[in-house]
Amino acid sequence: MKSSLQKNLYGYIICIIVGIFIPLVYPSFVVQFAFAWLFIVMALTWDLQGGQMGYNSFGNIVFFGIGMYTCVVLQIIPFFSLAEWSEGGGEKTFTHTNAQYFRGLLLGILASGFAASLIAAVLGSLILRMRGHYFAICTLALGVAVGEMVSGIEILGGGSGISVPVWPEAAGSIDNRNLLFYYLALGLFALCFLILQLLLRTTFGGTLNAIRDDEDKAEAMGIAVVKYKILGWVISAFFLGFAGAITGNMVGFIDPIDVAFAGATYGVWMILMVIMGGKGTLWGPVIGALIFHVFQELFWTYLLGWQRVALGALIVIIVVFFPKGILGYFQTRSQVKNLSRST
Amino acid sequence: MNPSSTHHQRTSNEVLLNVNQVAKSFGGVIANNNVSLNVKKGEIVGLIGPNGSGKTTLFNSICGSHPIDSGSIVFKDEEIKTFSIAEIARRGLLRTFQHTKIYTGVSVLDNVCISFPRKKIPSYLEMFNRLSKETIAKAEDILKFVGLYEKRFLLAGSLSFGQQKLLEFAMILMSEPELLLLDEPTAGVNPTLINGLIQRLIDINRRYGVTLLVIEHNMRVIMSLAHRIYCLAHGEVIESGLPKQIKNSKKVIDAYLGAK
Repeated sequence: MKSSLQKNLYGYIICIIVGIFIPLVYPSFVVQFAFAWLFIVMALTWDLQGGQMGYNSFGNIVFFGIGMYTCVVLQIIPFFSLAEWSEGGGEKTFTHTNAQYFRGLLLGILASGFAASLIAAVLGSLILRMRGHYFAICTLALGVAVGEMVSGIEILGGGSGISVPVWPEAAGSIDNRNLLFYYLALGLFALCFLILQLLLRTTFGGTLNAIRDDEDKAEAMGIAVVKYKILGWVISAFFLGFAGAITGNMVGFIDPIDVAFAGATYGVWMILMVIMGGKGTLWGPVIGALIFHVFQELFWTYLLGWQRVALGALIVIIVVFFPKGILGYFQTRSQVKNLSRST
Repeated sequence: MNPSSTHHQRTSNEVLLNVNQVAKSFGGVIANNNVSLNVKKGEIVGLIGPNGSGKTTLFNSICGSHPIDSGSIVFKDEEIKTFSIAEIARRGLLRTFQHTKIYTGVSVLDNVCISFPRKKIPSYLEMFNRLSKETIAKAEDILKFVGLYEKRFLLAGSLSFGQQKLLEFAMILMSEPELLLLDEPTAGVNPTLINGLIQRLIDINRRYGVTLLVIEHNMRVIMSLAHRIYCLAHGEVIESGLPKQIKNSKKVIDAYLGAK
């Protein structure tokens, strides 16, 4: 039997070609395209948690912010004093050399996912014994609390935030910078999508679904539910940490509440994107994130002043007419996901 | 036909589960008061009693859903009263619930496949194992046995109630329990299907060698199914013995119908 990877081979090749060449065809939209991939990654990671495992987390933004801060700190400390950097603000300008910038960036991005995962493992072992609404409320508080806590850490710039190293002149124009982060975002999406697709076909994916559908039953069948839940959260945080690192560098300035731990924007959006696309499906978050991103950009461009109202109306329309998400709407019963058939 | 007589010789004298002087109260309500019972390997033991007599509480105590106040619960020569639900399940003691519990969001076959035996906590690497061909083949065999093979690719949540019950049995069989605690297996099942269900339970006991401890309200069912029966009332064991003895016991009749 053909695996779905083989079946969709042409689709994947087209996606890869489009992904690689679209920023060259529409160079003025590079940043928007990069955000599209990052949004898809956010949606995919949230879906692993909320859609596949059934644990609706409102606090996954924590891992995004932690990835962002980890990256920026590691971009700075090998070369400069972090205290002076965050204190100096505009007065004293630090400039990375070409080599310093890329070494720092590589180190920072690589570490960001692991830092986020580590925090997820610690937090998960504390709160993943809670279930359902209790877990959701707890994560909601967590998202707010961590943002406030980081705002209080002076060495990280406190509430006024911290600036990201400036793109070195020797590396060419700002377009090169945008292109680099675009390809990093694309690479992250490809990695995240492929790994999640593989994971969901293993007994790990099946067990997460079992926990989602009936955790009491899963426990009574001998499943080590907490271990699976923590690992699910850790994997979700891993990719989200990378997404945070890339986003921070693209935005250029990290504000703790508005950029890093932005529960009211990215934090809610990642959930909305999944709900729009279809919870618990692999392609749902991808479709949801793309549609969300396109509409959001259109609203901000053509309906400025009313953009949030328009976004709200869109969400209402989706929830009323596509309660199972766009993909869920088109999925018939014969297309039930089947772990045993995909092996 | 009395099925108990046909396979009575299969039971050994090895005690699989020994519940000794177990007490459990919720605030002022004494749900179980010094309950003792034992189940031998290969047996089908019935647990009967009027509503509120503490049968399900006893099941919950055995399975680790809540701590017990006093007494001991020994399964396969091991004290399990402090173990968690999953730890007890991994030792081969599984249960069903009064309400059918299946994984409604995945296919029927996946429900059975994912219930593969979990005898120990998997390592991080083992958590990412794929389903083996043997596991899938075994799941398909079990689905044939319970009669759901044709429906294996349907969403489990789309099955009828009776079929979900069968699926639950299939999941249990897949995980190879040694002792299975059944909480009212015939509750809500169409009377015409009950005979088939009884036969299936006997098959589970005989063909798969699973020892059964069954809570049952339907007297006809439990009398034709069980080798031995315990009767609970007001949280205490008031009578135990062969089905024939229970049927004629004055204490049992009084407990059910009220003493004159």
